[in-house]
Amino acid sequence: MDLQEFVRMGGYAGYVWTAYGLTALVLAWNWWAARRCESAEQLSAQRRSAD
Amino acid sequence: MWLWLHKLGSPPHAYRLLGKMAPWFGWPALALILIATYWGLVEAPRDYQQGDAFRILYVHAPSAWMSMFIYVVMAVAAGIGMVWRIKLAHAAAAACAPIGASFTFLALATGSIWGKPMWGTWWVWDARLTSELILLFLYLGYMALRSSFDDPQRADRASAVLAIVGVINVPIIHYSVEWWTTLHQPASVTKLDKPSIAIEMLYPLFLMIIGFQLYFGWAISRRLRGEILRRERNAKWLKESR
Repeated sequence: MDLQEFVRMGGYAGYVWTAYGLTALVLAWNWWAARRCESAEQLSAQRRSAD
Repeated sequence: MWLWLHKLGSPPHAYRLLGKMAPWFGWPALALILIATYWGLVEAPRDYQQGDAFRILYVHAPSAWMSMFIYVVMAVAAGIGMVWRIKLAHAAAAACAPIGASFTFLALATGSIWGKPMWGTWWVWDARLTSELILLFLYLGYMALRSSFDDPQRADRASAVLAIVGVINVPIIHYSVEWWTTLHQPASVTKLDKPSIAIEMLYPLFLMIIGFQLYFGWAISRRLRGEILRRERNAKWLKESR
């Protein structure tokens, strides 16, 4: 496979890569936000039980 | 059976079970999404009309599917919470909303990016696009409504009504391309008897959808654990488990 050809996406590079990039961003955000949601509550629960 | 269900509904049990389940969703999800991305971008043949732009399908259709699927899960959870007064169900509904909203945003954004080269416009007010936008507002409205109450039980009940009423929008989105003349194309995959899309183009799509479903399983497990901790902040089991 020709790498340059692949990156060009038949002339639709801007559209295709933006769409995939956005998808990666949204998935990454979900990962980060879900983790944070869980760990923030774990932390505050720990603090309370330490009191 | 009832005992098992009762146990499942108990917060400490659910909390532990979700913690055990999450990795079983997360890792396969990551693997499937990576495989489907490679397959969709590299292996799948170029579309004879749309060229490589059709590859946006592999992120657009799964996120659109998730946006509706998660809404139905949210509405069913809210309904269970209302009818049987199960707090865990309300917590699950609340955990669904931000994930669903993010997939709805993604479906709209990738659709818009796909629309520009294919239709010549980023946006039209046709039935499919408009009803999907309403879905986004339903999610956002649900979250705003929840956060406007200090009392979690009142927030649960009020937001559940919105979630349940809003579910009417899901079949509207699905059938919008049949009921109205839209710029958006009609379904080509969900015609199970005879999908009007080449089979080698379809495999990565299915993989991506399964990957997204598993990813949702992971995200809801994590969020629901946080949600349980927040609601059970003064419960005895939390102190005993440490």
